Amino acid sequence: MRVRFWGTRGSLPVGLTVADVRDKLAQALVAASGRRFDSYGDAYEFARDQLPFSVSQTFGGHTSCVELDIGRDEYFVCDMGTGARAFGDHIAARQGDRPATVHIFMSHMHWDHIMGFPFFGPAYRRGTNIRIYGCHQVLEQAFRQQMAPPCFPVLFDQLGADIEFVRLRAGYPFEIAGMRVTPQLQRHSGDSYGFRFELAGRSLVYTTDSEHKLEDRAQTEAIVAFFRDADLVIFDAMYSLAEAISVKEDWGHSSNVVGVELCQRANVKHLVLFHHEPANSDAAIEGALRDARRLEELTRGGAPLRVSAAHDGLEIEL
Amino acid sequence: MALEHRSYGSARVVTPGGRLDHDNCDAFQSDLAAELDACSRDSAALVLDMSKIEYVSSAGLRCLMIAARQASARSSRVVVSAPQAVVAEILRISRFNLVLPVFATTREALASVSPDALAAFDRG
Repeated sequence: MRVRFWGTRGSLPVGLTVADVRDKLAQALVAASGRRFDSYGDAYEFARDQLPFSVSQTFGGHTSCVELDIGRDEYFVCDMGTGARAFGDHIAARQGDRPATVHIFMSHMHWDHIMGFPFFGPAYRRGTNIRIYGCHQVLEQAFRQQMAPPCFPVLFDQLGADIEFVRLRAGYPFEIAGMRVTPQLQRHSGDSYGFRFELAGRSLVYTTDSEHKLEDRAQTEAIVAFFRDADLVIFDAMYSLAEAISVKEDWGHSSNVVGVELCQRANVKHLVLFHHEPANSDAAIEGALRDARRLEELTRGGAPLRVSAAHDGLEIEL
Repeated sequence: MALEHRSYGSARVVTPGGRLDHDNCDAFQSDLAAELDACSRDSAALVLDMSKIEYVSSAGLRCLMIAARQASARSSRVVVSAPQAVVAEILRISRFNLVLPVFATTREALASVSPDALAAFDRG
């Protein structure tokens, strides 16, 4: 199973500004001072291998959209944030004339998690089968409402694909195309749901827009059980811990610190920080990753926990 | 977790020990509330001397946050002093150093509270 991140930003899509690009260039030039590059290739390798990620690249600005590629003609994806547009292009390029089947798992219906769907190309194509899974009663209503006047010029009913909505129950696993999927209720305004995916001995947990009340032991134990022994956990690390339990308490999000703690307790192999705060620069996200890795070192009790930060375009093979 | 305490002028220095995590944070919270009551009675600031704390988890940090809020509601305050290297790093990683004043030594913490607290500390 290959995990492909099409959108990793929380709440609102963002893009690099003129000032951001200028700053990266200036930092790169300072880092390259005194060096000589005889070719574009030499300079490219320097940028790729020698510069910090936050200088030579960007975490990206599309909102939540994560594909689970199981190597078949059926596509699995979590959430329809703005990353869905590029995901749709990917499906079109891969499928050619063959119709696709797309299984979409919705954590919740907040705008940043559905706003890419009106730009999801396969939805306009006849012959495409789309199944949208979620636990919310308003699952279908949310998709229809955002494709209605005055919000959008194309009505939901004008889409060419065959679209079906499938209601799930939290805590009840089900199987689809060989993939076992278990939804889990999470703490978020209007509720959100995480999903645990299991296929051929590999397991992945997608858990975004989830606040962890540290004093709620029952919830903590339930989350640890949900994460237990997962190969990969994609975790809402939008805020610092201090923010998450002070000025942004009850905003429905978590932190890098709590991500490390929960994953260590659950014996997870790889934690991926996700749903980055839109106000955070690439350097700030890189700093949060550095801090999470350091915390993991400081508090490690058993096997090491690998920690990464998701960026648009990241691929992880499980 | 037993909380040792000493008063220095307008400051009450409390010294918890061991690990502060989800297993004992409820008891610590309760003990800390009693210390805050005492501070409120004496119009004193609470200095949390962390020199004997070996580790603090997110649940433990939440206790500090609640104590700071409770103190603020009573027009008092909580400051942290003398964290061990690991705890100081956890405070920085979690950004708690931006929420609570953290001082390298208890003497520096007392100096931030008031001249009389510092003078009392220096008298021994």
